[in-house]
Amino acid sequence: MAKDLEDGGYETLIEEVLAAYPKKAQKKRAKHLSTAGAVEEGETEIVSKCDTVKSNVKSVPGVMTIRGCAYAGSKGVVWGPVKDMVHISHGPVGCGHYSWSQRRNYYTGTTGVDSFVTFQFTTDFQEKDIVFGGDKKLEKTIDEINELFPLAKGVSVQSECPIGLIGDDIEAVSRKKKKDIGKTIVPVRCEGFRGVSQSLGHHIANDAIRDWVLEGEGSDYEPSPYDVNIIGDYNIGGDAWSSRILLEQIGLNVVGSWSGDATLAEMENAPKAKLNLIHCYRSMNYICRHMEEKHGVPWMEYNFFGPSQIAASLRAIAAKFDKTIQDNAEKVIAKYQPLVDEILAKYKPRLEGKKVMLYVGGLRPRHVVTAYHDLGMEIVGTGYEFAHGDDYKRTGEYIKEGTLIYDDVTGYELEKFIETIRPDLVGSGIKEKYPVQKMGIPFRQMHSWDYSGPYHGYDGFAIFARDMDLAINNPVWGMFDAPWKKSA
Amino acid sequence: MSALRQIAFYGKGGIGKSTTSQNTLAALVEMDQKILIVGCDPKADSTRLILNSKAQDTVLHLAAEMGSVEDLELEDVMQVGYKGIKCTESGGPEPGVGCAGRGVITAINFLEENGAYDDVDYVSYDVLGDVVCGGFAMPIRENKAQEIYIVMSGEMMALYAANNIAKGILKYANSGGVRLGGLICNERQTDRELDLAEELAKKLGTKLIHFVPRDNIVQHAELRRQTVLQYAPESQQAEEYRQLARKIHENSGKGVVPTPVTMEELEQMLLDFGIMQSEEDRLAQIAAQETKSA
Repeated sequence: MAKDLEDGGYETLIEEVLAAYPKKAQKKRAKHLSTAGAVEEGETEIVSKCDTVKSNVKSVPGVMTIRGCAYAGSKGVVWGPVKDMVHISHGPVGCGHYSWSQRRNYYTGTTGVDSFVTFQFTTDFQEKDIVFGGDKKLEKTIDEINELFPLAKGVSVQSECPIGLIGDDIEAVSRKKKKDIGKTIVPVRCEGFRGVSQSLGHHIANDAIRDWVLEGEGSDYEPSPYDVNIIGDYNIGGDAWSSRILLEQIGLNVVGSWSGDATLAEMENAPKAKLNLIHCYRSMNYICRHMEEKHGVPWMEYNFFGPSQIAASLRAIAAKFDKTIQDNAEKVIAKYQPLVDEILAKYKPRLEGKKVMLYVGGLRPRHVVTAYHDLGMEIVGTGYEFAHGDDYKRTGEYIKEGTLIYDDVTGYELEKFIETIRPDLVGSGIKEKYPVQKMGIPFRQMHSWDYSGPYHGYDGFAIFARDMDLAINNPVWGMFDAPWKKSA
Repeated sequence: MSALRQIAFYGKGGIGKSTTSQNTLAALVEMDQKILIVGCDPKADSTRLILNSKAQDTVLHLAAEMGSVEDLELEDVMQVGYKGIKCTESGGPEPGVGCAGRGVITAINFLEENGAYDDVDYVSYDVLGDVVCGGFAMPIRENKAQEIYIVMSGEMMALYAANNIAKGILKYANSGGVRLGGLICNERQTDRELDLAEELAKKLGTKLIHFVPRDNIVQHAELRRQTVLQYAPESQQAEEYRQLARKIHENSGKGVVPTPVTMEELEQMLLDFGIMQSEEDRLAQIAAQETKSA
C-alpha cells in the first residue's frame, strides 16, 4: 500500500533526496524537482502549476540519466516508422544494431518487399571510412538498397556521431543519388552528440521532413473537406490504428499518419489536409507549426488516452467541422459508452484508489494521467525525460496540487522517490522495470506498452485497464515477503 | 644498443621540417645510428629525400585497399632508404575529406604493435604544420616522442607557431614524459634572426640547438630528391647538418618542460628588438602619411 507522507509532503522528500549530492549538483538538481503548485487566480485554460521546473538542459555529469541522444530521436522516433523508406544508420554498426526494433512501431505491408520498419540498415563504418571519409560508401549503400529493394520509395540517412566529426557531405551525396535513382533521399544531421537529449533529434528530423520531403515537387492528391492528419502517433502496439478508426467513424478522412504506419506519399500529401491533429506535441509540434505557416494548415492537440479525454477530444475535433461531424462524434461517443461502462465495471473496483508514479518521455507523463483517473487511480508523481517548458505548462491541467514533479530524474532520485512513496504501480521504461519490481512494486513499461497495446482509443483503453490490473493484482506480489518474515 | 630514442620535428607549415629532419637523420646515420622515420602527414613527403622517390605505399592507403590495418604486414609499408634508414608514411585522405588525425593514430598504433620500433636507435616523427587536433598530437602523447625539436625561423608567424607548439608540449609534459628538445632555426635571412631565435629559446626555457644557414645547395639536392649529405657530402652545408645531428645526439635526456609565453609577451619581444611597431606608432604613422598625401 502506498504511504501517505507526513507533514511537508514531497517537499521534505525532495530535500532528503537532494541531501546526498555534493553542493553544486544539489543546486543544479534542485531546479528539476518540485511539486505541483496551487492554481493561481486568473489562470487561463492552461494551468501552469508546474512550469517552474527547469527542463531541457544538460544532465549533471556523474548521475545516471535515462535520456537518449539526437540519433535516437530522429532514427528511433520520427523517421524509423516511415515504412516504405529505408533508414540507414550511417556510421559504425552499434547505434542501429542495439536500437533495432525497440519502439514496436506496427505497420501493414510486406516486410523486405515494400516495408522496412523492422529491418536494420547500416553503412557499418570501419577505420578506413573514418580516415578517408564515408561519402563513397554511402553512395554505394544507396545503390545497393535501390537494387535489392526496388519498391523502397526513398532513403533517409541517419547520421551517427562520427559523420559530424569527419565532415562528410551527406547533403551532396543525397542530391546526387536523388538525381541518379529518382527517389527521395533525406540527409538527417542527427549526430548523437548534438543537444541535451533525444528532443533535439526530433526537431532535426522535423526540419529534415520540411526541407527534403515537403519542399519536393508536391503531390497530385485531390483533397476533400474532411481531410486530417494524425501527427505524432507512432503506432506503438497499434495505437494509430485504434485512433484512426475513431476519426474515420466521425466522418473524417485521415490523409497521413505521422509517422506510425506512414508512407512517404502520406507525408507528401499531408499539407493538403484541413487540420493537423497532434498527439505527441513534443516530437512533432515543429512540423505542425511549419505546415501552419507555409501551407495554412491549422493544428490542435488531442488526447486519446482514456474515455474522458477521448470524448473531450472527439468533441473538440468535431467542433472544427460541420454539424454532421459533430453529430457523428456524439453518436460514436454514445456507441462506445457500453464498452466503457463494461471496462469500468470490471476494473474500477480492482484499481480504485491505487497510486501511480510515472516517468516517461515527452508526452505520456501528462497524457495518460486521465486514463488512470478514469479507472479511479491517482497520480502521485510524474516526470519527463526530455520535456521543455511548454510541456510542463501543459501538464498542470492534468495533475492535482501537490503531485511530485521530476525532470530528467536520475536513477538515484527515482529509486529514492519510489522507495519512500511506495506507490501501487510505476509506469516507466525497461531500465526502470526490474529495479522497481525487485522492490516489490508492480510495474508497467509505458514506452513500449510492455509488449502489449494499443492503449490509444476506446479499444486501447480496454487493453490498458486490463494490463494495469494484471500488473497490480498479480498474485505474485502476495508472495513477495519470505514466509518466515510475514507479519501476522 | 642504447635505449630507443624517439624524437619529433614540429613547426609552422613550409618552414622546412621535412628537409631539415631528413638531412639531420642522414647525418645521424653516418654516426652508426639505426633510424626509423614515421611520416605523419597525409601528403606523405617526409621520406622523399631518403628514399630518393616519393613513398608509394602508405600505411593508410594500403590498409584501405586491403580492408583494414589488421590485413597489413609491416614489410608492405616499410621501405629502406639512404644507408639503411627505415621509412614509413602514415598517409591519409585527400584534403577536405575524412579524418587525417585519426589516420595518424591508426598508423602509429599499427607500426608499434607490429614491431617497427624493434631494432632501431631512433624513431623520428615528422608531423604536418600545426597541431590541428588530437590525432596530430599523437606523437607527443602516450610516451611516444620524448624530445620535440621545433623548426622555426625569424619570421613572426614561425615564432608564433613555435610558441603554440610549446603550449601543446606543456599540456602533455605533465601527463606523459614529453619534453622540448630545443629550437632549430632554419635561416630565412630576416632581421636579427639569430638574436630573435636565441631570445625565444630563452623565453621558452630551452636553447637554440643549431642555426642552419641558408644555402641554395639544399634546393639543388631537393630537386634531385636527395639530402645534402648524399648530394654533396663534402659541402659546408652537409657539415652544418652533421653538427646539428651531433648536437641532437648529445642532447639525450636534456629536454625541458617549456615555458610558453603569451601573445602579448611575444609581440613585446618583437617590439624590443625594434623590428615591430606598436599599434599606436603604426596608426600615427599611417595618419601622418595620409595628411601628407592629402
